[in-house]
Amino acid sequence: MTGVITWLRDPNPTSRAQARFGQTYMGFLRLRRNHLAMIGLTISVVLVLMSIFAPALAPYDPIAQNLSERFIPPLSPGHWLGTDDFGRDIWSRILYGSRITLYIVLLVILTAPVAGLIIGTVAGYFGGWTDRVLMRITDIFLAFPKLILALALVAVLGPGMVNAVLAIALTSWPPYARVARAETLTVRSSDYIAAVRLQGAGPVRIIFGHIMPMCLPSVIIRVTLDMAGVILTAAGLGFLGLGVQPPLPEWGLMVSSGRKFLFEQWWVSTMPGLAIFIVSLGFNLLGDGLRDVLDPRSSGK
Amino acid sequence: MEQTDDIGGSGRFWPALREFGEAVATLLVTFIGLLAVTFIISRVVPIDPVTALIGERATAQQIAAARAELRLDEPMIVQFGRYVWGVLHGDFGTSIKTGRPVIEEIARFFPATLELSTLATILGVLVGVPAGVLAATKPGSIADQVVRLVGLMGYSMPVFWLGLIGLLVFYGTLGWVGGPGRLDAGYDMMMDFEVTQYTGMILLDTALNGRWDMFANALSHIILPAGLLGYLSMAYISRMTRSFMMNELGQEYITTARVKGMPERRVVWVHAMKNALVPLITVIALSYAFLLEGAVLTETIFSWPGLGRYITDALMVADMPAVMGGTIVVGAVYIGLNLVSDLLYKLADPRART
Repeated sequence: MTGVITWLRDPNPTSRAQARFGQTYMGFLRLRRNHLAMIGLTISVVLVLMSIFAPALAPYDPIAQNLSERFIPPLSPGHWLGTDDFGRDIWSRILYGSRITLYIVLLVILTAPVAGLIIGTVAGYFGGWTDRVLMRITDIFLAFPKLILALALVAVLGPGMVNAVLAIALTSWPPYARVARAETLTVRSSDYIAAVRLQGAGPVRIIFGHIMPMCLPSVIIRVTLDMAGVILTAAGLGFLGLGVQPPLPEWGLMVSSGRKFLFEQWWVSTMPGLAIFIVSLGFNLLGDGLRDVLDPRSSGK
Repeated sequence: MEQTDDIGGSGRFWPALREFGEAVATLLVTFIGLLAVTFIISRVVPIDPVTALIGERATAQQIAAARAELRLDEPMIVQFGRYVWGVLHGDFGTSIKTGRPVIEEIARFFPATLELSTLATILGVLVGVPAGVLAATKPGSIADQVVRLVGLMGYSMPVFWLGLIGLLVFYGTLGWVGGPGRLDAGYDMMMDFEVTQYTGMILLDTALNGRWDMFANALSHIILPAGLLGYLSMAYISRMTRSFMMNELGQEYITTARVKGMPERRVVWVHAMKNALVPLITVIALSYAFLLEGAVLTETIFSWPGLGRYITDALMVADMPAVMGGTIVVGAVYIGLNLVSDLLYKLADPRART
């Protein structure tokens, strides 16, 4: 272990990989000093583990109904978070629900930032009319109330998980386009781009091979900060009955199904809501800490 | 010499006018864009308006006649032009569910949302700005950590869940506040018959009518949803205030003021605040817009008869004209607030004028 750390801390790295890993390690050390960020990292890691090992961790089937065990309060033997109106174990449902949450987040962060990155870099690289038209479209989408547009889209496409993802992705790409364009403008006229161009590289090669990598760090910071928002929007759509459909254990949907019994069986909606809150807090804490580490300009100090 | 005079005098008029013109043009383009999106969305709806109107067993001739009557046979661009023209004249179509013009219904629902988000913004500013300033003056202190954590918690809170918890604790268990709705059921009837509705905002109307009993009842109903939304806006405002104040407090003019022996309170609240206020205006306007949107989920929980609930209720029965009308209104308010915050920014900060 000490050997690895010495290798990582070597001030004179012998290879590109060593230098890169060393930088990452130093960044991690800085992140480690931020206790709140470490709490966030822990929550995120636990979420991932929960979703991977859900079948092993869950004591009951998340969907099978057991009407003889309806509304068992929390902290009862066998059901430490209680059961819902169909006698399903809430803890097991939360465990399986983490898969749905992660799945939605992954699908959104694999689409929206990529779309934003392409639009932003193309606009920034070509400039002129391309830039003006693309950025005007971006501004129009940016001026939209996100949740309402997502609602309208789902209303047309019909409820369901894929459509919810589509609606969220369609409303969340503009900030990425903005960020990517700003980064592109700063590197567009640098010497290394001119050198590549003189070697005969076309615009596609320049944008994908030489400009996009430069935009990645700022886009990644944005992604971490946006993840909590994606979770909240997805849960909100689920809550309104426009996202994932029953009987799947989506957390927002679970909160909504417990609404009818709020005053008598409070735990049915409270527990899944708590899960949403903890997970998005975790991503926010992590994103906040990462921004301080990766982007010292906006740390506010 | 004459030229420099000109720059300071009448020459400033034209750039200012041009800038204003550009702002209006941007606004128009954005608004048309908004309409284009709602137009496209409502045209790709899988429900065919013709079939919905005359039934599935109509002859081809009847369908063609209905299409002509609805002007669906015209080119898309003409239809879009007619749509824009209608919206600009307040024609948002007719609600399928109620059969009444969407614009009338929205006019009835909008004041409730406006009242809720205005009260929430006031609460958010009253708590958020001092909290942010406190955090900025003592960076790294316990107070700073608390403000940061409370703010991040607000960012991470599913608003529908917070609303349910609030109802459970403050209404169901403690009984401190009124439940869902804007008034108790008994007062609700009286509202329609005994109170002149000047604004549609219940707190204002009851106060203007001198019905303080109803005012108190309405207040007990609005305080919980407004408090929750106010917390969300506080989270945003306090974070932004902190970062703007930190920025100002690091400037040299602050050091100068301190060296002169100026009391710290004056340095912070007068000198630094004056400059931090400029970007803060934008933030407050944005959080106001954000609350109009956050109201969608809150209104569902609190049975608040506002625009958000109007949209979600319409969604449930696939009443597309109503959904799109609501979306356009919220979008227009959103765009308008963005423009206002932009203009205020330029007014308050001479450097932003070009």
